[in-house]
Amino acid sequence: MHFTSFLQDRQLTVALTGEIDHHCAKEYIQKITAKIDTYMPAVCVLDFQEVTFMDSSGIAVVINAMRHMAQIGGRLRLQSIAEQPMKVLRAAGIEKIVEIKEAVR
Amino acid sequence: MKFENYMILEFPSRSTNEAFARSAVACFAAQLDPTLEELGDIKTAVSEAVTNCIVHAYPNSFGTIMLRCRILKDNVLDIVVKDKGVGIEDIDKARKPMYTTGGADRSGMGFTIMESFMTSLEITSQPGKGTTVHMRRRLQRRGGQ
Repeated sequence: MHFTSFLQDRQLTVALTGEIDHHCAKEYIQKITAKIDTYMPAVCVLDFQEVTFMDSSGIAVVINAMRHMAQIGGRLRLQSIAEQPMKVLRAAGIEKIVEIKEAVR
Repeated sequence: MKFENYMILEFPSRSTNEAFARSAVACFAAQLDPTLEELGDIKTAVSEAVTNCIVHAYPNSFGTIMLRCRILKDNVLDIVVKDKGVGIEDIDKARKPMYTTGGADRSGMGFTIMESFMTSLEITSQPGKGTTVHMRRRLQRRGGQ
């Protein structure tokens, strides 16, 4: 598991990489939660550009980030999602509850 | 059931094996010349089934997961994921979207995804004995075959 993040104008962008499955999901959830708590952004963007595979564990990562942003009065946005992860997110109806920019790169 | 090719894997329920299992199945399925989308669907379904064994079948210990893939006639990929874990009390409930006995890091979408990404899904389970997930995916025949 590896990710980079940057903060600009109260927008926290977290770039996820590689394959997201149960093996790394818990760590992603903890690290994203910690970043949000540290920077208290108005918007948190999860960037999926470098995500090559995702199973339903990724849904939990997104839902946890969404809930945490709602708790601090901010919102979550997803961007640059390839077809495979997008299909998994769609199976859970995530596109109806979270803003998605550039669904398929 | 006549098969054209098969492979069997056995590995402990360690989460590092999730990536191994789905990649192994993808490599095996490659001989059917699947599309990228088909390959993505198969990898996702295998990942869900193996994760279920790791999270639910063997919650407090490591156990054995058996994975069998067969190629049946008419471009059908047949996958069985079997464990000797705790089993499922109520399969109908377990199949419901968003239902999970796992923690906040689980979405409860595993069986729903297996069901919608594969052509068929059959779950048999005996509490205390284990669970068998049997799924099939019919692949499109493409030009050049």
